[in-house]
Amino acid sequence: MAELTLVNPYPDALTGVEMRYCPGCTHGTAHRLVAEVIDELGVKDRTVAIATVGCSVYAYEYFDTDAVQASHGRGPAVATGIKRVHPDSVVFTYQGDGDLASIGMAEVVHAAARAENFTIIFINNAVFGMTQGQMAPTTLLGQKTTTSPRGRTVAEAGHPIRICELLDTLDGAAFLAREALTTPARIRSAKRSIRRAFETQLAGAGFSLVELLSICPQWWGMDVLEAIDHVEDTMIEYYPVRVFRDRLGEEEGGGDA
Amino acid sequence: MSEQRQRVLITGNEATAEGGIAGGCRHFFGYPITPQNKIPEYMSEHLPPIGGVYLQAESEVAAINMVYGAAAAGARAMTTSSSPGISLMQEGLSYMLGTELPCVIVNMVRGGPGLGNVAAAQSDYWLATRGAGHGDGRCITLTPYSVQELHEFTAGAFEIADRYRNPVCVLADAILASMMEPCELLPRREPSPPERPWAVGPHDPAERERNIVNSLWVDHNLMEAVNLRIEERYRQAAEEITDWEEFGSDDPEVVLCAYGISARICESAVGQAAQAGVRTRLIRPKTVFPFPRAPYARWAERVERMLVVELSMGQFVEDVLLSVEGRCQVDLLGRAGGSMPTVADVVERVVALAGKAGGH
Repeated sequence: MAELTLVNPYPDALTGVEMRYCPGCTHGTAHRLVAEVIDELGVKDRTVAIATVGCSVYAYEYFDTDAVQASHGRGPAVATGIKRVHPDSVVFTYQGDGDLASIGMAEVVHAAARAENFTIIFINNAVFGMTQGQMAPTTLLGQKTTTSPRGRTVAEAGHPIRICELLDTLDGAAFLAREALTTPARIRSAKRSIRRAFETQLAGAGFSLVELLSICPQWWGMDVLEAIDHVEDTMIEYYPVRVFRDRLGEEEGGGDA
Repeated sequence: MSEQRQRVLITGNEATAEGGIAGGCRHFFGYPITPQNKIPEYMSEHLPPIGGVYLQAESEVAAINMVYGAAAAGARAMTTSSSPGISLMQEGLSYMLGTELPCVIVNMVRGGPGLGNVAAAQSDYWLATRGAGHGDGRCITLTPYSVQELHEFTAGAFEIADRYRNPVCVLADAILASMMEPCELLPRREPSPPERPWAVGPHDPAERERNIVNSLWVDHNLMEAVNLRIEERYRQAAEEITDWEEFGSDDPEVVLCAYGISARICESAVGQAAQAGVRTRLIRPKTVFPFPRAPYARWAERVERMLVVELSMGQFVEDVLLSVEGRCQVDLLGRAGGSMPTVADVVERVVALAGKAGGH
């Protein structure tokens, strides 16, 4: 009888606690990718996860690592404190677009400018999920939310913020990438960027952030396949998927972006 | 080898900063605000050479959250600020209460409300003793009245924060921050806080389970359990660290109630009132949470009048009223917005009150 090999075992860095995310949500995919990277790099016992406020508030229950729950938007400041006490720890924050791009904008910008040596996993689904579908700073023009019921307009709410492009102006950022959790190919690419971000931190090269375009079928009012198409057809047009900066790669003379 | 204490002439700000280092703090996060800028300046000069971390945060909001992270990671961490900055730290303090983390904050209070000014005030008494953000829980609050006490209380605050796993606030003001006095410096102790089995960071999984620092308890019974634990620590703290000093006549006609810089004014007033023929006694709290109710309750049985002197329109006076429970008359001499009473102002009120007291 042929011996069976489990190619993709459940990640050691996830607890197995049942996740509270809505059906179809890509938070679970993002969690799994991060956990696989932690396992592959063998850093679980020195990793500290920073859970923030939003749908991923319970991240400390899902990642099987040390964890700190931060107040809304302050994950990067909390991560800074931890990393300055334990430079040998591996610290990542897991933040949504409300947490990072709205209330926490100052903290993320200054952490990047200071070249703080930790990693941010930034989930951009263009909506406040946990509070039930309000407009986010990343909500696209025309997008209907519970607080932009006629669709977001420039006159009422200005323009959506592109975080990677904004941080790409800062010298302290060592790795910046935007990926999308839509197709298998894109998900594999997302994992490569997440791994690169953690490697950047392990090399002590400075600040790293991976933005993950994610779907929110619940508050987009779409089924899962429609939501995936929406990312592919509409979101990526405004939020281009690419590696913006890879300082490790530049130093290696590669530039594998 | 016996420790020869160094005696220096320094400002309250410098004494506070050196007190932090003496207390074992090696992680300081702050943001500039007058009148306490000499503290971050001092820390930026003195911490890195001894292997410590000084970090200028982008805001007071970030500073207290860096303290939160550093404390979660097991460090003795500290921030200092003045009134508007302390307002911004309230949310972070609430999280530290909820996660039962120790830290030390110093508030060099200035005139308010609003942007106010940079003169001395005591109008953050409620912010310190009732504040610490939303939810139950408060900062254990120490009230030094000299440069020496700023130094010693700040150093000692780390032990208290560790013992009760609670933020400790050193509550002073713009004058104490800026004035120079002789100060005997404590030796700088090594940063050797007690065991922190709850701290996050690199670890051997054979030695402990993973640690989670969290204040989210959707189950109300679990959330109440945290509150009960905090409350029990406050009960213990009330027994163990409540502190005050009494000064003046053993047979007073009027008892003076003041803390911090107001107590310095009242100390002088005790002597001058005696020259004016009125016997007074000053009760000066060194801790205001926990509050020393006992001496106020005791003297309320023996005098007809107490005079509270504070640099606010009446905050500290409420704790005095709660302590005397109506057993004597309590009057307030309050100045606000950075204004100060003189010693003569206090003596004048004392003499007037003694006259009223004698009339009954």
